[in-house]
Amino acid sequence: MTNKQSKLSAWFSNYGVGYLFLAPFLILLFIFTIYPIFQAMGLSFTYYNMLEPAEFIGFSNYRSLILDDDIFLLAIQNTLTFACIVGPIGFFASFFFAWIINQLKFNNLFSLAFYAPSMCSGIAMSQVWLWFFASDRYGLINNTLMNIGLITEPLTWNKSATLILPVVMIISVWMSMGTGFLVFLAGLQDVPRDLYEAAAIDGISHKTQELFYITIPMMKPQLLFGAINSITSSFGVFDVAVSVAGMPSPNYAAHTIVAHLYDHAFIRFEMGYASAVAMVLFIITFALGRICMRIFREKN
Amino acid sequence: MTSEAVNKKPKVKAIKKQKPKKFKFSPGWVFVYIIMLGLVCFTALPLIYLICTAFKPLDELFAYPPQFFVRKPTLKNFTDLLTTVSGSSIPFTRYIFNSLFTTVFTVAGTVVVSSLGAYGLVIHNPPGSKAIFAVVVAALMFSAQVTSIPTYMVINNLGLIDTYWALIVPKLAVAYNFFLMKQFMESFPRDILEAARIDGANEWTTFAKIVMPNMKPAWATLVVFSFISNWNDYMGPLIYTTSQVMKTLPIALNTIAGGAGTIARTGAMGAASLLTTMPTIIVFTAMKAKVMETMTHSGIKA
Repeated sequence: MTNKQSKLSAWFSNYGVGYLFLAPFLILLFIFTIYPIFQAMGLSFTYYNMLEPAEFIGFSNYRSLILDDDIFLLAIQNTLTFACIVGPIGFFASFFFAWIINQLKFNNLFSLAFYAPSMCSGIAMSQVWLWFFASDRYGLINNTLMNIGLITEPLTWNKSATLILPVVMIISVWMSMGTGFLVFLAGLQDVPRDLYEAAAIDGISHKTQELFYITIPMMKPQLLFGAINSITSSFGVFDVAVSVAGMPSPNYAAHTIVAHLYDHAFIRFEMGYASAVAMVLFIITFALGRICMRIFREKN
Repeated sequence: MTSEAVNKKPKVKAIKKQKPKKFKFSPGWVFVYIIMLGLVCFTALPLIYLICTAFKPLDELFAYPPQFFVRKPTLKNFTDLLTTVSGSSIPFTRYIFNSLFTTVFTVAGTVVVSSLGAYGLVIHNPPGSKAIFAVVVAALMFSAQVTSIPTYMVINNLGLIDTYWALIVPKLAVAYNFFLMKQFMESFPRDILEAARIDGANEWTTFAKIVMPNMKPAWATLVVFSFISNWNDYMGPLIYTTSQVMKTLPIALNTIAGGAGTIARTGAMGAASLLTTMPTIIVFTAMKAKVMETMTHSGIKA
């Protein structure tokens, strides 16, 4: 008994402090991230409106999402279109420009100019872009196009169903050189210089050869971080879309998964149904994240 | 443990920083510079237009054809915005206060919570550390919107809806922030800690007097990222607060804009957008060097 107790106290004096330091983070992470993800999973199988107790209804939320909810399918389609274009463009452009800027003089100024848009509030920047894309002749882009003679009537950028999503995508691409870009920039500065020198002796001389044989393999951890960042942010598109096109947008042309989630959860209070929407988003981003981890795995 | 620490240090030291490149004058490079300057124009144009618009007097705001640059700059948009009461009878300064208050406390809180946790995990390495870190990496892979519904219910059950708490507490333990601190902590030279322990410093003083001052680049980075994401957060205040007096700047901007596509109040909108945008850029430029130092450690080893 005493032996056991002293073992316990020895264990505590070894590790207890570590757990104490971890406690605030772990408790908060559990309450606001871990528990909610399982709670959302559970709720997605229920009907719950926050007034009556949740009622288990099996897979019917998912069934109606996929079979009956045309607006959700539209949201999926819009989000996929958006994410498949903005995500990769943001990711590759971030890497490419970080690579270029790293070789330039004044790289501090260049990197600030590229990073600045992503620091700004999506709401503020959508409003600024709406001055460019204003749907009347006062809009700078309409005005320029009319002056050149490409169009005779002003285009209704943020009101016509076909133009809204492209406008949202242009704004988002403009804002997409964010954290990933900084991570790449820092990673590039950290590739050991002697590797390039060794490679030069081995006959690698061209810049693109250096890029593919040294830089990219050395930067796998940073590339993975950037990829996961692009995935979560491009599938979570919401504020720019709402700010450009309103909620709901004309013909749901800029309706995204998160907008659908927000609509059902916090306007209609259909928490179960909205949780099913959240789970769809979770599964997509999580699966893609896992795939990225496979791609960027380091071979030891 | 100790031998690992000894092994680790030279590895970090061995990494040489690239020296800044010399400008090579050749047609190819001139071409690259021209292209890059063109792209800088693309990234900077909307921001320059925003600054111009914020200072435009009324007649220039509604001039036809629209003008890009401001001719007679005025502060009227700002004084109008800050002195007159917006449509919902709440002064704009209230939104500024809400944003500042919640952002400052969230940033301070998340720095403390993440640093404490990273210290406990990396330096003490208690059983289960690997599992905890795996959970954190998994949590990087989904956005906060996924958990927004249960989080809303937790906040609701705690009776915190429509309070500042609701905008601060859920955003303290962010996987992303913990991840950054942990990666940086890995390269912390442990012999310093050993020396402190031999000198009789307890855990808390070691953390507060030795680890934190040495980790300044890491938490400066956290300050920047956390400031940017909380300052610009739209979904949080949209969901967790209900009354207009508790809303923050991004929500206020949407209110002033009057929904999509209204051109009314362009001047006020310009001034408000500029006031919302400036703080993040100032915070970042002030701390840029420290940020770059930290980001080197931020890769995920899969």
